[in-house]
Formats: sequence, structure tokens, C-alpha cells
Amino acid sequence: MELKEKIADEKLNINRRHFFSKLSVGLGTVALGSLMIPDLFKRGGAGIEEGMLKVGIPHFAPKAKRIIYLFQAGAPSQFESFDYKPLLRERMGEDLPESIRNGQRLTGMTASQDSFPLVAPFSGFKQYGQNGTWINDYFPYTGKIVDEICIINSMHTEAINHDPAITFFQTGNQNSGRPSMGSWMSYGLGSENKNLPAFVVLTSRGKGNSQGLYSKLWSSGFLNSKHQGVLLRSGKDPVLYLNDPAGVSREDKRVIIDKIAELNDQHYKQTGDEEIKSRIAQYEMAFRMQMSVPEVMDIKKEPESIIKMYGAEALIPGTFAANCLQARRLAENGVRFIQLYHQGWDQHGNLPGEMSMQALDVDQASAALVLDLKQRGMLDDTLVIWGGEFGRTNYCQGRFRPDNYGRDHHPRSFSIWMAGGGVKKGITYGQTDEFGYNIVKDPVHINDFHATLLHLMGVNHEHLTYKYQGRRFRLTDVAGNVVKGILA
Amino acid sequence: MRQNLLLLLIFGTLFLFIWSMTGNKSISVEGSSKRQKLPNEVNFNFHVKPILSDKCFVCHGPDVGTRKAGLRLDIEKVAKAELKENPGKFAIVPGDVEKSELVSRIFSDDENIVMPAPESNLKLSDEEKEILKKWVEQGAKYAPHWAFSPPEKPDHFPKVENEPWVNNEIDYFILNRIEEVGLELSEKAPDTKLIRRLSLDLTGLPPTPEELEKFTQNNGAFSYEDLIDFYLAKPAYGEQMTREWLDVARYADSHGYQDDSYRTMWPWRDWVIHAFNENMPYDQFLTWQLAGDLLTNATKEQILATGFNRNHPITQEGGVIDEEYRFTYVSDRTNTLGKGVLGVTLECAKCHDHKYDPFSQKEYYGMYAFFNNVNEKGLQMDAVQAKNQKYYADAPYIKIDDADLTGILSFINKTDTVPVNVMVMNDSTIRDTHLLSRGNYDAPSDLVSASTPAAIMKFPEDYPKNRMGLAMWLTDSKNPLTARVFVNRLWAMIFGQGIVLTTENFGAQGSLPTHPDLLDWLAVDFMEHNWDIKYILKKMVTSATYQQSSVITPDMKKADPENIYLARGPRFRLGAEVIRDYVLTTSGLLNDEIGGPSVKPYQPPGLWEETNAGGNRGILTKYIPDSGDKLYRRSLYTFWKRTLPPPSMAIFDAPNRDLCEVRRQKTNTPLQALALQNDVQVLEGARVLASKINEKKLDDVEALKTIFTSILLRDPTENELGVLTEYHKSYLEKFMSDTEDAEQLISVGQFSESISDPAGTAALMMVAQVLYNLDETITKE
Repeated sequence: MELKEKIADEKLNINRRHFFSKLSVGLGTVALGSLMIPDLFKRGGAGIEEGMLKVGIPHFAPKAKRIIYLFQAGAPSQFESFDYKPLLRERMGEDLPESIRNGQRLTGMTASQDSFPLVAPFSGFKQYGQNGTWINDYFPYTGKIVDEICIINSMHTEAINHDPAITFFQTGNQNSGRPSMGSWMSYGLGSENKNLPAFVVLTSRGKGNSQGLYSKLWSSGFLNSKHQGVLLRSGKDPVLYLNDPAGVSREDKRVIIDKIAELNDQHYKQTGDEEIKSRIAQYEMAFRMQMSVPEVMDIKKEPESIIKMYGAEALIPGTFAANCLQARRLAENGVRFIQLYHQGWDQHGNLPGEMSMQALDVDQASAALVLDLKQRGMLDDTLVIWGGEFGRTNYCQGRFRPDNYGRDHHPRSFSIWMAGGGVKKGITYGQTDEFGYNIVKDPVHINDFHATLLHLMGVNHEHLTYKYQGRRFRLTDVAGNVVKGILA
Repeated sequence: MRQNLLLLLIFGTLFLFIWSMTGNKSISVEGSSKRQKLPNEVNFNFHVKPILSDKCFVCHGPDVGTRKAGLRLDIEKVAKAELKENPGKFAIVPGDVEKSELVSRIFSDDENIVMPAPESNLKLSDEEKEILKKWVEQGAKYAPHWAFSPPEKPDHFPKVENEPWVNNEIDYFILNRIEEVGLELSEKAPDTKLIRRLSLDLTGLPPTPEELEKFTQNNGAFSYEDLIDFYLAKPAYGEQMTREWLDVARYADSHGYQDDSYRTMWPWRDWVIHAFNENMPYDQFLTWQLAGDLLTNATKEQILATGFNRNHPITQEGGVIDEEYRFTYVSDRTNTLGKGVLGVTLECAKCHDHKYDPFSQKEYYGMYAFFNNVNEKGLQMDAVQAKNQKYYADAPYIKIDDADLTGILSFINKTDTVPVNVMVMNDSTIRDTHLLSRGNYDAPSDLVSASTPAAIMKFPEDYPKNRMGLAMWLTDSKNPLTARVFVNRLWAMIFGQGIVLTTENFGAQGSLPTHPDLLDWLAVDFMEHNWDIKYILKKMVTSATYQQSSVITPDMKKADPENIYLARGPRFRLGAEVIRDYVLTTSGLLNDEIGGPSVKPYQPPGLWEETNAGGNRGILTKYIPDSGDKLYRRSLYTFWKRTLPPPSMAIFDAPNRDLCEVRRQKTNTPLQALALQNDVQVLEGARVLASKINEKKLDDVEALKTIFTSILLRDPTENELGVLTEYHKSYLEKFMSDTEDAEQLISVGQFSESISDPAGTAALMMVAQVLYNLDETITKE
């Protein structure tokens, strides 16, 4: 780079508010003139944010260019999925030994229970893949891709209730107000596609007991709101206000945009405010989005073989399967962070019935997504993540019945899986005790999980910071270690 | 202080230039060894403290928990004492650079010695190092943090050359600086612009065409002051001020958290409007909200005001641990007081001592203790139970029935006869407050009594140690923050940005004031005038500074792109609510009813339904828009569901109201472009305005002029008219030949009217649509 370019580049990376704050007085005119770079002088915070220690991103060669996160909201049970514990069958109905529970705080739902009877999964387990990994019968498709994925059985968190737990997973903090991890990625890495947002969100509803979702989960918090997740909806209006009113054609819209630009430009010449230039550009971007979003969401051209992979539900907008297929298309189009939520995993009761329905919703499509990415050569640089916000108890909630039971929230250990994007495949990482209650090997905290995700994306989690209210914030707050054991 | 400002000016130019090139560490800039001029005299508050705070305090600051080597640089005595872990050595020896470890370490190449330590991920720029060195050279003088000393009015106003320009006190401070840096003042804004600006600032609404005519065309019948008084006296003034306060108070119509059920706090919101319109002094306004229930023979109105501290989110998630959430609520009140009233980041001292400001963790819980005696629960009732009982307020609450409305609560716009419960404060459950280790609710340690951070102002011994005492402490004329923070926020509301840019943070890591003497003068003047909000607002908008044109000349753009010096008027995008209200007003749809239960205007269908919990959780699972007049209420009455705030507000940077917010972003995004183009509310406004003008049967040019003036509140230029004429003509022809498109276009929105000429209306609607999307329309100029 030429020195001149270097300097220009350098200036772009400066938080100009930062030195205003330090040098609030006595700014000479020449000095300010030398800093006149339009983008830098956008009002209202863009300038505050850019350049906050974003120096040199990526910090090292990224393994993953994008992430698809299949979030299972409500917390699927690890015992009916990926953490195989035969002891539970042997000791079915016996009380969980106090030595194992070891002071774990209980939610209000089981705090008054006088016993904690262990309960074995109603469904069976089979071995899959080269390592003979045990997978529950609810997840046969996942079983078939077990050699492609990395199962982590040693996730843990501090939160024991849904709202703080999901918020923790999505933002690195149990309380609201922090940016979502997709926003951090957008902030740190930007977008690969000028016509689509860097961070999109798709939601689907399950058949089991569920909680609501909330926009703070994809909020940009204190980051510039351009990093906010954009909710892609399944209806006619996939992005809010995307559709033109009846009676206005595409050609009309072009004319309207041009007229707005023409008048804005005239006003720019009178007032000299760069913000107007920026607004003209935003209208152009909006116009392009109106074309690119429906295009990317239109699955009509997907061949039957693909629909077959994901399952017939892929043709029904708003289902998890349809969203998985959408996710692949968005990934192909350079969306950086694709966040899916599937509701309905909160099985305090009726676990066997509800869990089988929930698994039916997601199992085939999740596996299909991995295989589809693989056959397109995209799995290597796309990280797929599957999992919920905490685990479930090895004992049953309420009265003991072997055929119909529920499980309460369990923060100390649970299972997720990852695939592609620089993660080892065909391994199981971490281990819980025989009861499946405590982690005995390789614990992975949410902060570690976030550090690892950033690492895979080529970002040192300690260096991706944003200064807000005087403090440098990180996705990983003040903790987090990259889980080296799962890196390919 | 003035002398220091001047000194700064001298070195400002070159210094900033070099600084700008080296702020980022990855590239070394050639020639940086050629030192820029340092300030002749280094000032602790302006030069040194920001560096120490940002780069050193994490390990050598107020937080005892992370302090390294026993060294703290925030306290002069310790900083200059013999190093505990390095006997015979000193971090700072005033005047002796060689013997000062601080200096040798920051210049060291040895990674075991250099400061900041590499693992901190912090680095000093060359300029920062030179400043610290020079500071030590010059004796390493300390000074108290500027914001923690009570404001004082300066002895005399700054000297200015252009005395005739000055309109009031504010202008001396502003002009003095402008003259120092040699900027050109801007002309006075044209009357129409100024009236529009004034009306938007003071009422959040554009002036009506009648107002414009009245004020511009009656030669001299109305003075500028009359105008100000006119807008300050409008009920819409109270609504505008309330709009700002609702962000501070994290007001919402729902509980938040995952179930997010309905709550009835709107009577409290009606009180806020009432209080602003009555011009209640700010000290009283605060006192009632913080401690109204503790006033002698507290009235129901005073108790209602305390709803301020119950506006925080409340969980209804079954199975939560009660105390965990009660702790969250009490913390929220503490943090809100810090950010919203004191302008400091108290919450940073919740888990450990503050890293930058002199607030200990113990002091955090001292503040917390004031709010810890409420007879409340973390979880009073879960969402399912609440729904079955139609339960809208968590204890403690007051019940307001129709009988109350005949008395002092007559300002509450109760639209039916059912009594309404509003959550309020009490102190009926006295609890011991403990310092909570690492901020964990289940890790109580030492007992703490109610107190305030000593660094701000010592809590007077004769004040009661309860919320009333807290209110007295806040509104004490010696409190250095309360008045400064509030006038600064008013300033930001009027001028687009604060004198202290970080309106939320006056601490060590916050911005320094651009005009410190002005800020102090305003704060003191405000207090001297009995905390009179209208008085101080009037002062601001009466200034010549305010009345300048906001046109940015190329010179000005170079010299002061951010308008730090205010040599021109403010130009900023309008806030989310104001944009919608602007459309409602100019189209004639606005329903100016004040207060009452929140309403549900248009929003894209299905939003609540898609993400709700399904089944029986909560009652806000389906969004059913209102109809008729309720669609056209001012936006501050739009129903606020925390987990899914109204999208047309969120897109324009409204916060979600989970937490206290004092400074909204002002972004410019494609989603905003889409919303303005396709939101039913904007389209309907365009249609209604178009049909109204079309019915007048004007000729095309007159019709275009009228619609332009109705929206932009000024006459179009020849060019503008030319563009619109051609555009209008092509659409008129199109719609004449294709009436179906015209019919479809004008069918938008619920407002029903008989339209005799669909093609003519549709063509004008296309024009209105363009005008509503102009940058100028959604901008205060």
C-alpha cells in the first residue's frame, strides 16, 4: 500500500469522536479539514463505532466465512438426543444422589419436589458412523451425518431460565442490552453482499411447549443499528415494508427513487449536508434489496432432489425445513450470519410425545443442510451449529412415570453439535458423568463457545471490542478460551 | 480554565493532525518522529486524565480487585508515593522524568516492563506518551474530575468582537470560541425554517400552515419571543418532553422478558405529560418520581409519579428464582438513576469497584439500598396465571377509579369506567442490604447502609437515609451532576448533540464538554431559576446561536464538519415518533387527543403472532390494530411491547425500552427507506393529503405548489417545481388511461373518504409520496 493510501485507510479506522472527546477544545480548522472523509463523518454514531480496535481483522486466516445457527429454543433434552446414559435405565426411578446434585440451584418448578427420580429416555439409542456414536432414535438423519459433525456433550451455562439463558447464548450476557453475536460478526467482518444484510433471522414454530422469541435476541445493542439482525419472514413481505403498494410497479418504483434522488440532490447542493448523499445511497440499496431478497427467497428453481433431501415441509414457508433451505440460499449469497430459531423444545411434561414431534420438525432438514452444503463444496467454510440454551435434568419433573415424563432445566451440562467451518468432524467432545449430571471432561462454557466461533471466523475474541459508555465490550465479556480440541 | 482553553488552541492544529494518523496502531506513519507541538502547559483534566483513564485505570485505577502492584494513578497521593512492590522506586516523581517509572515504562521496548502490559490489549500512542511525559516534567499536577465539582457561573462572560450578534448569554460562550478559531457565523435562518425548527423542537410537531401564515405575514405583530411562548404553551409541548423522558424511564406497555404481558402504566405517562405542561420544576419532578410516596401526606398524584421506578421489565416466566429477579429490578432502578439522572455509569460498580470512576462496589450497593425496600416480588404471577386473572400490575400498586378523576388526577385520560392499577413504589418491606459479591444475588457479603457516592457529593448528615434523602441529595444545589446532566440533555434535544457529547456519561471515560463554561453557566442559571425547564429551553432557543441557518458551506464542512462550534444551526434527522407525527400532521390525519391507554396503529400483520409463545402464555400474542381515530394518535401513544417494539419506531432507532436510554442513535439505513416508502401510515397520509388538494380543483402548478408547501412548509424552487411537474404529468396520464392502478393506489389505509377523481388523486399521491421521502422532510433544519 502506498503511504498515502495507508494514511487514508488509517483515518477511516479512527474513532473520531474518540479524539473529540479527548480534545474537546481547540480544534484548528486545518486539522479538521484534513479529516474530511465523508463516511467518517456520518452523524449519530457511525463514526463512534468504526475503528474501535478493529485493526487487522481478520486477525488470522479464517476457517469459516459464515455461520448458520440452528437454534433450538426451549432447550432440547440431551438425554433424548446425544448424551447416551445407560445408567439412567439401570437406576430408573431411583433418587438422584445428593452427592451428584451437589448444591445445584433448582428452578421454581422443581424446587418443591421432595424427590428427584432418575428417568431413562423413553426412546432407544443406536450407534452410527465410524466411531459407533450413540444417537437417540428421535434423530435418525442426524445419525447418518454423524461422521460430518462434532458433538459437544459438555456445554454449560449459569442461567436456569429461558430468557436469560437464550440471551446469554445470543449476546454473551444474561441481561439485555448487549449486541447479538450476529451483530458482532457484522460489525467485525462486514457483509459479503451489498444487496443483502449481513445478519438475518428466520423463525419457525414447533409443536411442543414453547416460549416467545424477542427482537432483543437479534438486536445490535450499542453497536450501530445497521448491524441489527433482519428478520426474514415467510409471508409476502419477507422484510418489513419490502413490498410496494398495489398500483406501483417496479418501473414506477425506479421513477420514484430517481425523483427522490433528484430532489434530494438539489437540496444537497443548497444545504451541503453529506447526510443527504448517504440517504440517496440508502434508497438505492433499498431498491436493490427489493429485488435481491425475493430472488434469494424464491425456492421455485430448487430441483425436486433438493426438496426431497430437506423433506416435503421445505415447500411450506415458515417451517424449519423451509428455513434450512433458505439458510443455504442465503449462505450462497454471502450472508454472514444466518440465525434460525425453532421454538417448542421446553418439555417439562409429555416429553416423549413432544420431543418426537419436535425432532420430526428438525432432524431431516438439519442433516440435509449439512449434506447440501457439503455437496456444493460450501461446508468447508460454512459453520453449522445446532443446539439450545441449556440442558434438561436427568430426573423427572413431577411424579415419576417411565412412559410419560418431563424434565426441568439443567445448566450444568448439555449437548450441541457443529459441522463444517474448520471444526473436526466425526468426533464427540467433552464428557459428563454416568448420571449425565456433571461434566467430567473438557467443559465448554458459553464464553468458550463464542471465543471459538470468532476464532473460526478469523477473529481473536479479545480484540474484537467496542467502546461504549467508556468500557470496551467484547462478545466474550472478560472470559472465554478457544476450544482447541474441536479445531480441525 | 479559560487560559487552558486558549493554550489548547495553540497546539490544536498540528497535534490533532498527527493524532489522527496514529490513533490506530497497525501502521507506523513515516515522519512521526518529528514531534508535533505539545501543549505548552499540560492540563490534567483535558489531556492527562482521559489517557490515564482509558489506558491505565483498568489495572491502576479505582477497582481494588484488579489493581496491580498496589498502584493507583487516580489518586494523587498514592500515585506519587513509593511503590509498594518496588521499594525505593516511584511511579511519579513530579518534575523528574528519569526517576518516574511511569515514564520509563511507557517508553520501554521490553515487553516485561512496558506499560500498558501487552496482555491488556491496550497501547499508548506516541502522542499520549509524550503528553504523560510532559505532564510529569511539569510537576504532574492533579485536579478533581471536572464533572464532580459543583458548577459555578464564571465571573464575566467571554469577550467577543461581534457584540451586535449576541442575543443572550449563551451567545457569548459560543461566539467567543467561534471567533477564536476564526469560523464565519451563519446567517439567521429564514422565518419559515426557523418556525419549523422551533415547532419541531418544542412540540415534536411541524407548524400548521395557519401558524406559518400567522407568524410570517403579520408584519411585526408577533415577535420571535411570542412564537416561543406560543409553542411552549401548547399541550403538545408536554407530549414532546414526555417522548424524551419515556426513553429515560424505560416506559412500556408490557412487562418484557419472554412472556411479555400487558401492564397498565399509562396513567403514569399521562402524569408526565401533565407535569411538563404545568412546567413543574425539575427538582420537584425528580423528587416526586423518586420519593413522591414519602412526602408528608402524599397525594395520590405524588404516589402515581413514583411509577417511574416501576417501569422496568418484570418477568412472568414460571420457575424463576424470586430473589434473582427482585435483585435485577432493584439494580435496574439504581442503574437508571445513574444513567438517566446523574449521567454516570454506576452499573459498572455492581460486580466490582468501578474501573474508571471513583465509585466503589460498596457505594453501588449504598445506592441500591435506597430502592431495596419495596414490597415486591421477583415473580408475582406467571403469564398463564396473569392471563387468567387479567392481571395488569404487580404489587405494590394504586387503584385509580373514576372518583379520582374528578380531583387532582383529572389529567388522566381514562377512556372507560373500569378502575386501573398502576405500579408504584413503597418502603413497606425494610430489608438489609448487603454488598453482593461479583454482583451475584445469592452471594451476600458485608452489610451496607443507604448512601451516595462520596466522590460526587457527600451525603449530608441531616438528610433522611431513604429515597426522600436521595432526592434531596440529587436536587441539592451543590450536587455537581443533576443540573448539568439535565441541561446538557435539553441542549442535545435542541442542538442535536450535547455540550458533553456522551449525555449518558460524565465520568472519566465520557466526552469532555466542548464549552465547559457554558455548560456550567446553564446549569447554575437553571438552578437559580428554580429548575424551570421552560425558562432554560427558552433561553436556548432565543439565542442567536440557535437561530442560525443550518446550511453547510464548503468552508464550514472542512473546518467543523460535526458542528462542534455551532457556527451554524442544527441539522438532524427527526426522531422516530416525530417522523410519523409529521406525516399525520401535514396530511391532516392527526388526532391530538392527549393521554389515555396506548393505541395500536398500523403495523405489518403477523409480527406478534410469528414469535409469540403460542398457546396460553400472556395476552399480547396477537396484534389487532385499532380503527378509526385511534389510528392517528401521536406516536408516543403507540402501544409499546418490549419484545417487539413498533417496527416503524425501531427502524428509526427507538430503543426497545428494556433499559434506560438517554441518547438514541441517528442512523441512515435502507430499512428506513423501505419504511418511508411502503408503510401504510405514510401512504395513507399521502393519499389523504392528495385527495384533499385534488378536491380543490386547482390548476396543476397550484396543486403541486400546495402539496409541496403542505409537506415541506416552504415554497418549491423553480427547479423543484420543474421536476415535480414533469413527474406529475406523466402519472396523471398513466392513471387516466389505467384507472385500475389509480383505484388500487388510493385504496390504501382505513381512512374512508369519497374520491371523485381517482386518477387526479393518485397522481398527486405519487407526488406526496416522493415528498414524504425527502431527506428535508424528515430532517430538522
